Amino acid sequence: MNETIQLEIFRYHPDKDSEPSFQTFEVPYREDWVVLDAINWIKDNVDGSLTYRWSCRMGVCGSCGMMVNGTPKLSCAAFLKNYLPGPIRVEPLNNFPVERDLVIVLDSFMEKLQSVKPYLIRQPGQEKPISEGEYRQSPAELAKYKQFSMCINCMLCYAACPVMGLDPEFLGPAAIALGMRYNLDSRDQAKSDRMEVIASHEAIWQCTFVGECSVVCPKNVDPAGAIQQAKFQSMLNLLMPWSK
Amino acid sequence: MPKPYMRKMPATWWLTKRAYFWFMMRELTAVFVGAYCVLLLVLVWKLKQGSPAFGPVMDWLQTPWSIGFHFIALVAALYHALTWFALLPKVIVIRVGEEKLPPILLVGAHWLLWAIVTAGLVWIVFFK
Amino acid sequence: MAKSTGETIWWSLFAAGGVVAALLIPALILTTGLLLPFVDIGAIPNVKSPGFVGLFALAFSVIGKLLLTVAISLPLFHCAHRIVHTSKDLGLHAAHTLIAVLFYGGAIVGTGFAVWVIWLFQPVSS
Repeated sequence: MNETIQLEIFRYHPDKDSEPSFQTFEVPYREDWVVLDAINWIKDNVDGSLTYRWSCRMGVCGSCGMMVNGTPKLSCAAFLKNYLPGPIRVEPLNNFPVERDLVIVLDSFMEKLQSVKPYLIRQPGQEKPISEGEYRQSPAELAKYKQFSMCINCMLCYAACPVMGLDPEFLGPAAIALGMRYNLDSRDQAKSDRMEVIASHEAIWQCTFVGECSVVCPKNVDPAGAIQQAKFQSMLNLLMPWSK
Repeated sequence: MPKPYMRKMPATWWLTKRAYFWFMMRELTAVFVGAYCVLLLVLVWKLKQGSPAFGPVMDWLQTPWSIGFHFIALVAALYHALTWFALLPKVIVIRVGEEKLPPILLVGAHWLLWAIVTAGLVWIVFFK
Repeated sequence: MAKSTGETIWWSLFAAGGVVAALLIPALILTTGLLLPFVDIGAIPNVKSPGFVGLFALAFSVIGKLLLTVAISLPLFHCAHRIVHTSKDLGLHAAHTLIAVLFYGGAIVGTGFAVWVIWLFQPVSS
């Protein structure tokens, strides 16, 4: 019976440290605890300066992404019992600059999301007046993009992607999947505008289909699939421009 | 002004995780497949030049170096085929109404095609 | 926009080459590199070698020429694309343009040579 388990946590204070370090904490082991519970216990009982993001603690908000034993995970979804006997190494998400402790700088991620115009766009004169009712969509039309709409912006995919590590300008899995979500939405009319961003040099063509983004995604968005489908679509657009 | 800490990705990143390692192996199959294509080109060239030019090629094909290379190239080409077919359902999504076609159908169809091509080629060259 | 058209073309060649490499290349390696040498020295019972004449007839039949052109050219582009991208993954970022010219150029030259050998080249004496 395990009474405690050790966590080795990445510490970095921008004003005090020039290099990060690891601090080991002995935490109570509970059968039903996740890494987030352990970190919260540390902050409440041992070191109140430990800094990290979290919110819903149930895998829907996307706030608590971190590296757990080298794999990007939501800390609210990483059960301590799966890491016995420990120690568990907890680090900020890979491929992002570290603000402090487990908090990463995500400005570039936000910019990338915005760059794919993640909202429905109607062509001029094509906006339906309220009196004509809603834009209707069949279940089959919904099915085309539904999977890509499940993204919670947790950035685990960016942490898992080696291309992100090699090239911080890479548009990345979540942003491309988000772009595809709108391109495949029957209510949207801005496919070619978005394809300009998605099919640009720093976007889908940097992807080498490692596939780890889809493996770590907690919501089964399959961003790798979205990117390959975008490449295939780009090829079809080139070979058959009339079918766009 | 607080300064964020930049962690550098090591050049040996692909050795740090099993999935990354097999990804790199998959990519490196291209070296052997490409090398074989160059070899095939030379083979075809010598064949076209006639029997005296082709003789030394046949002799070389029987050396342990050649057999060894072709064995490794075959393993590489098969690993390429395995990974290529497995990933096809992610690239080409065939929908029937709301449902996606089961990936195994697309993968299986390609392996069937592969078997027909392989058996067909061996039969035509050695048995026809 | 022009840059992404170029990327689309290289990727399309990569994709086509990947299909050909998966379907045809294992069969060709097996036939030319592993079965042919053993059959030629009589190591496999009941299997006769096609010999130079048989191989020539097969390779330069219309279907043979088409298959060989496709089997040499497209996988060359596939491999070039993969090697160029993998060189970046392995940290050879600075030499990227040189590697791209070398391997894409090699695929183009290889394709040109293959077309010439298979379709145009007529040896002086056979």
